[in-house]
Amino acid sequence: MIKPNLAVDVAGIRMKNPVTTASGTFGFGSEYAPFVDLNRLGAIVVKGTTLLPRRGNPPPRIVETPAGILNAIGLQNPGVDHFIEVALPYLRQFDLPVIVNIAGDTVEDYAALAARLDGVPGVAGLEVNISCPNVKKGGLAFGADPDSAAAVVRAVKGATRLPVVVKLSPNVTSIVRLAEAVVEAGADALSMINTLLGMAIDIRRRRPALANVMGGLSGPAIRPVAVRAVWQVYQALKVPIVGMGGIVTAEDALEFIMAGATAVAVGTANFINPRATTDIIEGIERFLVEEGVSDIQELIGAAHMS
Amino acid sequence: MAVDIPAEVVQQEQVGPGLYRLSLYAPQITRSAVPGQFVYIRCTDNLDPLLRRPISIHGVNRGRGELFLLYQVVGKGTALLAGKRKGERLGVMGPLGRGFTLPAPGQRVVLVGGGIGVAPLVFLGQELVQRNNQVCLLVGARSAHQLPVGKEGYTAPFELAVATDDGSCGHHGPVTDLLEKILAGEGADMVYACGPRGMLRQTASLLARYDVPGEFSLEERMGCGVGACLSCVCKTAGKGGEPLQYRRVCVEGPVFPAEQLVWD
Ligand SMILES: Cc1cc2nc3c(=O)[nH]c(=O)nc-3n(C[C@H](O)[C@H](O)[C@H](O)COP(=O)(O)OP(=O)(O)OC[C@H]3O[C@@H](n4cnc5c(N)ncnc54)[C@H](O)[C@@H]3O)c2cc1C
Ligand SMILES: Cc1cc2nc3c(=O)[nH]c(=O)nc-3n(C[C@H](O)[C@H](O)[C@H](O)COP(=O)(O)O)c2cc1C
Ligand code: FES
Repeated sequence: MIKPNLAVDVAGIRMKNPVTTASGTFGFGSEYAPFVDLNRLGAIVVKGTTLLPRRGNPPPRIVETPAGILNAIGLQNPGVDHFIEVALPYLRQFDLPVIVNIAGDTVEDYAALAARLDGVPGVAGLEVNISCPNVKKGGLAFGADPDSAAAVVRAVKGATRLPVVVKLSPNVTSIVRLAEAVVEAGADALSMINTLLGMAIDIRRRRPALANVMGGLSGPAIRPVAVRAVWQVYQALKVPIVGMGGIVTAEDALEFIMAGATAVAVGTANFINPRATTDIIEGIERFLVEEGVSDIQELIGAAHMS
Repeated sequence: MAVDIPAEVVQQEQVGPGLYRLSLYAPQITRSAVPGQFVYIRCTDNLDPLLRRPISIHGVNRGRGELFLLYQVVGKGTALLAGKRKGERLGVMGPLGRGFTLPAPGQRVVLVGGGIGVAPLVFLGQELVQRNNQVCLLVGARSAHQLPVGKEGYTAPFELAVATDDGSCGHHGPVTDLLEKILAGEGADMVYACGPRGMLRQTASLLARYDVPGEFSLEERMGCGVGACLSCVCKTAGKGGEPLQYRRVCVEGPVFPAEQLVWD
């Protein structure tokens, strides 16, 4: 059989396969370059970037839970200028669409970030993080309220010509309502899910395990929640979805695609297996061959057909 | 350059209560490993526990391509590791992190290890002896049977002194007492330490008092092990009077200059 087509298009971001990285789990790419050929990824989504450098939360920032981890990094990053001057030139040497994850404290921050990144060579799109559970201002404060979320998206769309992917939180009553609000406001694509708000107690110290008290749950433990979110949003809206949450294997990734995701992002799994992304790409290709499917497009939302 | 390889267990040996010495065949790692670096190990093929476990490089035999680890069973991951037998394979990433900076040949150095913290210092001591440094290793433990190295019959190519909390072997008291005696007496050009936070903190204040430079190897909870996730940070004084900053133990460490660390 001829090689199946794996290429997908997410709101104008052309990916040679549907696999990208989840923001915050793959740094700026160079960290994983000894282990993975970055040219093979469908795209890379870099660590959350803010206007000014951020110090982040005190340690401990991570705790292992059953089939998952809780993290409270607090968006530590060197700021957007450093990203543009140092991280981006490195990434430009690869044949790899770069999606920049942006986060702000205010609507103006998001707009300024979008404007700063507009037209910068090597940036293929923006992912707007309105779903970080680990910062006091911004983050979830925007992502849990449809009106605030829409205001951020309008401001970002007004400041850039880049494709805008909006990253949604599962920590809401109805993810579909949020999705509708941000698509109405101009989102070109949606990504989901960010981490689930959670907590663990260190019983020996009788204290919360994380210095930040609460953190975001990721990893295999959240996969069914994430698949459900993709399913519901796909059913309600016609917009490309980047699905993520607990993807470890190609089979996991295919669940998201069949639920309605055009592309998938691999996060926590990189920590376990630094080649998780490329292993998943190979696994998806094998699956297509085994099932006699010539184009990955045939599988997007396939589970919805009756 | 760091690699991720399936490394075969050459030998697993219990050397004390819950204490193990593991030898792995990993020539791609031993080739470039330096003292202070660590490996990141997958203790299971399934997802429980999910994360890898960081363990310091305790020694290498470059000729045979063997990597030595010395570890203490404290939970699920290390218990699984202790169950691995000769011939089994483990996913091992390494060598990771920034190792110790080596002193000028001939200088007199003191190594201070608290409990299992002595693991990377033995590798360092072996390398330093080869460079004609005068090396003294101080090992602290709760009691004699919990000593990871330095029990009766242990031979090292360098000077060694022991301290135990219960006095069952060597000096009766904290290992930092031994360090203070040296610093107040013959002195040292450089001090390297690894161990519990309290011991490091005490060591830091002794170094400041006697104005001796030092480097400490730190432990923090890790996610990726390669600098990508910002989970493993420790608090450091900013460079050149800048404000405090969090730095990644897995890539900017695990070894840090003592004077850069902030203890709160
Ligand atoms: C750079 C570095 C080098 C190390 N070298 C050695 C060594 O040579 N020998 C040795 O015995 N131990 C060493 N440790 C500590 C070792 O990593 C932990 O004892 C081990 O991760 C515990 O795993 P567990 O599943 O048995 O325990 P659990 O307590 O069940 O582990 C739960 C979680 O906490 C993490 N964790 C627990 N204790 C520590 C710790 N002290 N440091 C970092 N993470 C921890 C685990 O990795 C895991 O994610 C080192 C740690 C670091 C960071
Ligand atoms: C350590 C860590 C840091 C993260 N940082 C960010 C971030 O900066 N911005 C963001 O939008 N999401 C961030 N996330 C969320 C992930 O991108 C992803 O949405 C989530 O982890 C679920 O996917 P996973 O289960 O495959 O990890 C982070 C997750 C982890 C584990
Ligand atoms: S463990 Fe991920 S940055 Fe250190």
